[in-house]
Amino acid sequence: MVNILPSLGDRSLRSLVDLDQGLISREIYVNEEIYKQELEQVYGRAWLFIGHESLVPNPGDFFKSRMGEESVILVRDHKGALHVFLNTCRHRGMKVCRYDDGNTRLFTCPFHGWSYDTDGKLVGVPHFKAAFHEELDKSEFGLHEVAHLCNFYGSIWATWDRDAPSFEDYLGAYADGVRRCFESMDGIDNGVELFQPVQRWRLPCNWKFPAFSFDGDRMHGVTTHRSINVAAIGPQGDRNEGDRHPMRARFPSTAYEMSIRELGHGGHNDIYEQPGVAPYVDTWQTEPPEVDEYYRQAREKKAKKYEGQFLHGGGALIFPNVNIQEQRILHWHPHGVGATESWRLYQVDRNAPQAVRDAQRRYMMRYCGPAGLTESDDMENWNYASEASSGMMARRLPYPFKAGLGHNHGDDRVPGMTLNFDIAEENQRSRLARWLAFMEAGSWNDLYPNTKGK
Amino acid sequence: MTTDMTVETMRQMLERLMLQRDIEEFLSMEAELLDERRYDEWLEYIADDIHYHMPIRRNVRFGEQYRENTSADSEISWIDEGKRVLIGRVRQINTGIHWCEEPLSRVRHVVSNVQVYDPEGDEVKVRSRFIVYRNRMEDEVDLFAGKREDILRRDSVTGWKIAKRTIILDQNVLLAKNITFFF
Repeated sequence: MVNILPSLGDRSLRSLVDLDQGLISREIYVNEEIYKQELEQVYGRAWLFIGHESLVPNPGDFFKSRMGEESVILVRDHKGALHVFLNTCRHRGMKVCRYDDGNTRLFTCPFHGWSYDTDGKLVGVPHFKAAFHEELDKSEFGLHEVAHLCNFYGSIWATWDRDAPSFEDYLGAYADGVRRCFESMDGIDNGVELFQPVQRWRLPCNWKFPAFSFDGDRMHGVTTHRSINVAAIGPQGDRNEGDRHPMRARFPSTAYEMSIRELGHGGHNDIYEQPGVAPYVDTWQTEPPEVDEYYRQAREKKAKKYEGQFLHGGGALIFPNVNIQEQRILHWHPHGVGATESWRLYQVDRNAPQAVRDAQRRYMMRYCGPAGLTESDDMENWNYASEASSGMMARRLPYPFKAGLGHNHGDDRVPGMTLNFDIAEENQRSRLARWLAFMEAGSWNDLYPNTKGK
Repeated sequence: MTTDMTVETMRQMLERLMLQRDIEEFLSMEAELLDERRYDEWLEYIADDIHYHMPIRRNVRFGEQYRENTSADSEISWIDEGKRVLIGRVRQINTGIHWCEEPLSRVRHVVSNVQVYDPEGDEVKVRSRFIVYRNRMEDEVDLFAGKREDILRRDSVTGWKIAKRTIILDQNVLLAKNITFFF
């Protein structure tokens, strides 16, 4: 299938994405017509991150999330099962849920009073007899539910597309890395919960600026974040030149840009030369000693669990718009061609003591989010890069994505992964390749042929 | 007897009026320091043990307003920090390469409706309302409205120091791309 873009003089989408030369038209970041196609072709099909089961622990608990531009409700029904519904009344479209989170027995529309059970069934229609003469088939007008939902070690994902592959197949070789981002520090699966609530704020840039560059643009750090070390926001305070990251033990390894070309996921990950888990180095100098003590003991337990095993890979940008890391989740929702709603969610060990929770929470708040000392500079750059790419002349100039071009290779230790230098632009090329595939695909059959007959 | 009472009452009223005036002047002076980007001087009026907190505000069902603003004890806020990080913010702006404040934003604080509560020891609780206007680069505009709940502490050198500040911003989704200045 070839997408033709009348706004560009009948050019095909493919002509804008030259991955062999690493030249990408700015149009795909600023063109309204392309943006509208993205919502259908990408957001209508892909598995999207919704939230975490810890946000809705009890029957009736709900959490308002988002898929693409649209509001959805993650809810645990009265029997304990999880659902994701589009937040719109089936009668005239009013939002049936206008709270960020809470607990409810019913979602009742404030317009005409249609009400829905937590499992989505339409259970109440005012004037059912007088106006509808009891002829309305309520079973046809339940809340619109996603086609598939997956609870992946506590994290919740969903897709609108019935033909999508299983979520594990969608993740491919990154399934293991994502799984470990929802482990507690001591290595227990599904061992975390999310701090509440979500930080949500608006960025004046196309969603692909953050989503496609994060964890695929190590090059930006030294320039964008040049001012951060003087602020010494890291757990170790002024020590170690004010490094904003926690101290890490030396462990023989090589860092790569690692991605799955066929799936579009990718991160900055290590390949280790030795099995096991690196020992813990005290890092929380600005906190009570029990914080380091907790992490140290947790690391020892984790080391036992993974003794003799190689833990290559880790967190990554999961196509199209969420970056899953060990203590933070960065999520960017399209909000018009030139706007993004940015979300930050933070994991913490479910059993962590108060001092650890406080230390981790405050570190994340001063690092991440709109007031985070690191991320604020990213937003300035995405903002004005977006603006200065939109002009009549500017949009004719392609972006070069050439760093590391022609240097891809594989490694038997991480089957299915494409490796490139630690500082490269291969992860971004990989996302753009997958993006083009989604934009051209007629259905999931064109996107994941190996699921045929699954 | 009656006359003595009146004098005493008047003395108390005058004291109260002076306190109100003193604190309003302090808040105006603080706003001037911030608007003129005299951040290093501003830090001198910040107590070493300050808690500087800007909660996130939820949309909650009627009757659940108690959990509308996020708690500094257990939840995520926009900002939740002490003096160490505030000093870090000032240092970062002063590098001249903190790109989101280079060139510097034009920020104006309008502080009003100042309510001064009865002093307790050397501390006094103060509530004020703010409109903070940010204009940046050529046409970037952000408008923030909200309330500040402060605890001011008497100080022999600076007159007052801010010992606690809670900033209640009247937004749910933050409509600005970032927060790179002080409230």
